[in-house]
Amino acid sequence: MKKYVQIENVQMSFETKQGTFVALKDIDLKIDPGEFITLIGHSGCGKSTLLNLIAGLLMPTDGVMLCADREIAGPGPDRGVVFQNHSLLPWLTCFENVHLAVERVFGASESKAQLAQRANDALELVHLSHAAQKLPHEISGGMKQRVGIARALSMQPKVLLMDEPFGALDALTRAHLQDELMKIVAATKSTVVMVTHDVDEAVLLSDRIVMMTNGPAATIGEILTVDLPKPRNRLALANDAHYHSLRGAVLEFLYQKQAKKAA
Amino acid sequence: MIKLRKHLAEHWVPPLIGIALFLFIWSMLAQGSETLPGPAKTWDSAVVLFSDPFYQKTPNDQGIGWNILNSLGRVGIGFGLAALIGIPLGFMIGRFGFLDKMTSPIVSMLRPVSPLAWLPIGLLVFQAANPAAIWVIFISSIWPMIINTAMGVRQLPQDYLNVARVLNLSEWKVFTKILFPATLPYMLTGIRLAIGTAWLVIVAAEMLTGGVGIGFWVWDEWNNLNVEHIIIAIFVVGIIGLLLELMLVQVAKRFSY
Repeated sequence: MKKYVQIENVQMSFETKQGTFVALKDIDLKIDPGEFITLIGHSGCGKSTLLNLIAGLLMPTDGVMLCADREIAGPGPDRGVVFQNHSLLPWLTCFENVHLAVERVFGASESKAQLAQRANDALELVHLSHAAQKLPHEISGGMKQRVGIARALSMQPKVLLMDEPFGALDALTRAHLQDELMKIVAATKSTVVMVTHDVDEAVLLSDRIVMMTNGPAATIGEILTVDLPKPRNRLALANDAHYHSLRGAVLEFLYQKQAKKAA
Repeated sequence: MIKLRKHLAEHWVPPLIGIALFLFIWSMLAQGSETLPGPAKTWDSAVVLFSDPFYQKTPNDQGIGWNILNSLGRVGIGFGLAALIGIPLGFMIGRFGFLDKMTSPIVSMLRPVSPLAWLPIGLLVFQAANPAAIWVIFISSIWPMIINTAMGVRQLPQDYLNVARVLNLSEWKVFTKILFPATLPYMLTGIRLAIGTAWLVIVAAEMLTGGVGIGFWVWDEWNNLNVEHIIIAIFVVGIIGLLLELMLVQVAKRFSY
């Protein structure tokens, strides 16, 4: 099955008390199967809005959005979402949180043992088998986010959507999870769209970085192809001239071309 | 050893001082009065009373145990019916804005009405004292259950609803896995407030309706001018109310995340 996302001429506006607010306009983006895309931009540029559009949590006011040749008409299991604040249900164990997703997608066609196996496999993938029976408040922030990733991946989505998944974590935990995510994506050949505000994260993980202009009426400013060979190693890249030139290009876009006026 | 002493000093000494002071003031007041019995006299009377709590002489002369059980039974039935109706109603009011707007003027108007004002209506409709008392308990405990359950549903974090949408959960799963557990702490608060009010109200309702019950017993002992028994009744009502409260706090603790 072909896996890709196609966004054509998408516009998103919200009705507010002050009238119509155009958040996004003229968004065109095609994502290939197996591609890792990051959306970067200043806060308020609508990058999360774009992700929610792909997730189907919002409906565009204009334009066409397709996922694997089918129109995106709402949220669906073909698009797994990892939320910024993990959004695990606090009264369910890690296993039950993942199982809830598995059950919905495969419940009709598979046996109970197969469903449990899928949930366990997903937890194994993020190295959390030992915490399967723990409640979310009993594990660390990084672990919660890993359960969130396991939950999204357990549905075997065509696309993995991540909204600043590591934004709330400390720098060391974040680096660790980025490394794990790279391994998981390589192993599962997932297509990923990730919102971030971290330039290093974007360059380290992406195949392409979609840089967005400032809102209102934000759109895609530039798309930078990151042609660093994979697998990538953060230590090796620290002294890599090409890595630094790519990083410089993103910084230049964010802080010169789209410099935010002092708030 | 030192730890134990510190624990004693912090947790046991202040309440004990409070109780001692209370008893002291009470006995001082009793000494200056001819009618008010002191702690010692009340205690002696309580020992006699509780030595035979389940005697049955006549329909109007039964042991303290029967009186307490009858009152608890009325509270249980009225409260249970209120939960059966109030909690589902609260869920629907919280979930559907239309229903919320529809019921809100009526709920806001009826909620502040003293539950005893409903007693004549109960007597009129049911033509009997016992169902009328249960009716008063029902009406007094239904409001906190409706209001708190509805509030819990309304305060459901958008995150959880997004999870439900992204996972494409069925309405039934949304209810059992998200809505119900998320609302449970609010519901338990409602239940706690309701049982507190119900226990407050039962004494007054029974004074008016008669029959066997702690409230009627107080009134009966007032007619007998047995002041010791009235004081004992006050303590009994207070202690049972406290126990009900503690029980529900324990249940609520079990379900907090």
